[in-house]
Amino acid sequence: MPNIIEMPKLSDTMTEGTVVNWLKNEGDKVENGDILAEIETDKATQELECFDDGFLLKIYIPTGGKAPCGKPICAIGEEGEKAPKFEVTPEAKPASKEADPEPSPKETEEEGEAPEPKSNDKTAPKDASKSKKSAPAKATAEPKGKPTKPPAPKPASSSSSQRLLASPLARRIAEEEGIPLDVIKGSGPKGRIVKSDVLAAKEQGVIGSAAAVIPALEEKLTPISNIREVIAKRLLESKTQIPHFYIEKEIDATPLLQVRAAINDRFKKYGQPYRFTVNDYILKAAAEALRAVPGMNASWEGDQIHQHGSIHLAFGVALEDGLVTPVIREAETKDLLAISREARELIDKARSKKLTPEEMSGSTFTVTNLGMFGVDSFYGIINPPNAGILSVGGVFNKPVVDANENIIVGKRMTLGLSCDHRTVDGAIGALFLQALSENLEVPSLMFV
Amino acid sequence: MPVITYRDAINQALAEELQRDPNVLIMGEEVGQYKGAYKVTRGLLDQFGPDRVLDTPISEAGFTGLGIGAAMMGLRPVVEFMFWSFCYVAFDQVFNNAANIRYMSGGLINIPIVFRGPANGGTNVGATHSHTPENFAANTPGLKVICPATPYDAKGLMKSAIRDNDPVFVMENTVLYGNKGEVPEEDYVIPMGVAEVKRAGTDISLIAHGRCVILCLEAAKALADEHGINAEVVDIRSIRPLDEETILESVRKTNRAVLVEENKPFCGVDAQISHIIQDKAFDYLDAPIKRVSSIDAPQIYSMPLEKLQIPSVERIIETVLEIT
Repeated sequence: MPNIIEMPKLSDTMTEGTVVNWLKNEGDKVENGDILAEIETDKATQELECFDDGFLLKIYIPTGGKAPCGKPICAIGEEGEKAPKFEVTPEAKPASKEADPEPSPKETEEEGEAPEPKSNDKTAPKDASKSKKSAPAKATAEPKGKPTKPPAPKPASSSSSQRLLASPLARRIAEEEGIPLDVIKGSGPKGRIVKSDVLAAKEQGVIGSAAAVIPALEEKLTPISNIREVIAKRLLESKTQIPHFYIEKEIDATPLLQVRAAINDRFKKYGQPYRFTVNDYILKAAAEALRAVPGMNASWEGDQIHQHGSIHLAFGVALEDGLVTPVIREAETKDLLAISREARELIDKARSKKLTPEEMSGSTFTVTNLGMFGVDSFYGIINPPNAGILSVGGVFNKPVVDANENIIVGKRMTLGLSCDHRTVDGAIGALFLQALSENLEVPSLMFV
Repeated sequence: MPVITYRDAINQALAEELQRDPNVLIMGEEVGQYKGAYKVTRGLLDQFGPDRVLDTPISEAGFTGLGIGAAMMGLRPVVEFMFWSFCYVAFDQVFNNAANIRYMSGGLINIPIVFRGPANGGTNVGATHSHTPENFAANTPGLKVICPATPYDAKGLMKSAIRDNDPVFVMENTVLYGNKGEVPEEDYVIPMGVAEVKRAGTDISLIAHGRCVILCLEAAKALADEHGINAEVVDIRSIRPLDEETILESVRKTNRAVLVEENKPFCGVDAQISHIIQDKAFDYLDAPIKRVSSIDAPQIYSMPLEKLQIPSVERIIETVLEIT
């Protein structure tokens, strides 16, 4: 009669053990005093000593497998004797299955039913611990409703040791004071954080006030929205397929700001309050510059360069979850007010997510502006099929040398231009920037 | 104010109520000629005569039923159990009939009866004479349960119990009978359902009933003298109705509670109080609620072991120190 060795209770708190390593194999001769296996408890790894003489007939819990205390882990008996079979509990499953090293959680959920084998080979050897040989394609059928655990061995104590011990009162005070519990050292039993610990932490002030206003960093996973997916795809294509080159020009923004102020004042004075933004002027100036340098208003079409007969001016609008580029059509035909109104309308639509696909397509050039964020200068990624993108920085006071070679305080704005070198060369880009800066530095030119 | 024993305080309450209300009567084993097994009814037979103070046969099921019937007819019997352990003989009468008749009669029939007697261990009388059934009495809707700890409370609560129109179980304690305390001569009652803070403190609430209140007061003194811990002692006095608010107020103040009772721990009164505290004062707890109860076994006959079985000052102090 074989002797069944059960998972020993090696500590007073041990409820289950993991077989870390079998030191004997099935069929090996064993003697009283031999070490059969190493068992990991919630506290330590200990040796499982053999108290019988005989042969290791059967290993029920393979290396890496877990079993609750008192459950059979192996059988020892006479040579050639048949070991009894045992229903293997889910905990007893091995750490890794050869065919399927990392079962997904979904699979684990279904384990109680009848999981399909991952590989197509239905005769793939099933684990020895699965005793229902009559149904080789199915895993051991556990009673429904029995909790199943992911088979990977976990340190049994991990969850309990990670649980932050704090009294309900301490938790409440910490929350009220905005003190994160994990920075407080507990003085209570088992290191429990109690009221006095929280008050002491508050007293020290190191954590309290600052932590109260600065929220802890949050780690989160955000699924990709459709808009994000489009942005990612298009910009990756652009940056990897279009040979970008970059030029930059700093301009004097004083005249532009003066004109803007004057026009806004005029509208106000005559009872039609309307405020043009700096960006409105830049859009208008860009449209005029494109009319002056039509080579910039073009697209690479593989076997031809398409210089467009109209200026369809896209501009970037930042949204909470992305960026859209609505298009002002035939911008060359529109005056400042028309451009401004249309831009405003498109921005509103963009923010309320009401832009139609038509309103976001067919651009011939794009303007992007980070001036409002205090950016000096930057270079946008070209919005295909445009040949260029204008990147507008903010207006800053800077020392400049004026016409009389005096150093004065100037209001300066930096314009960046990214160009598709397949379509335009540096000279075209430079000409465009020159025309643009003329329009902005001598604003009357943009109204011609 | 006169200082009298707990025994005499109850005796006074009985005498005064016999005097005040001709419907009040005393009945039980040896309550008359023998003056009560613990002499609580001493002098009452002489003063009020055999119509008001009745010696009954040794037949709890019979005389409790007699008492309940008398109560149904409008008398106000005070029935003595020599030990509360003996109420088990009359379980159906006491826990079934007395508790339910008012409800079953649609409120037409009241049972203005008092069952009283000692319910305690610690006196080497063995497993069948040492029961503390206040927990399952309080578990029975329709019954009121009081456990006075001091002579003053014993008299005031006993008078309330006799004047109440529902069955009231008064659980006394043979160890307390000789304890002395100030008791006013004038008529007074202590309403049921009102706890009393017997000692104000700031660091921990010791919540108890019956003799354990006295142990808690001693423990509180030792905690203050030897450990600098300022314990508050709440005497709940009345198990049902229970004064939850005084308990909760104390725990909200001290943030810690040790519940002390002579009941066996499993389903004891303090199991319920512990639930109430965690339910209604969870965010005020700075430590787990601890309990000191009798050790969960039939009452041990060996005197030295029984002293270890029931709550002691040492055990209370030890438990307090675990969470302070």
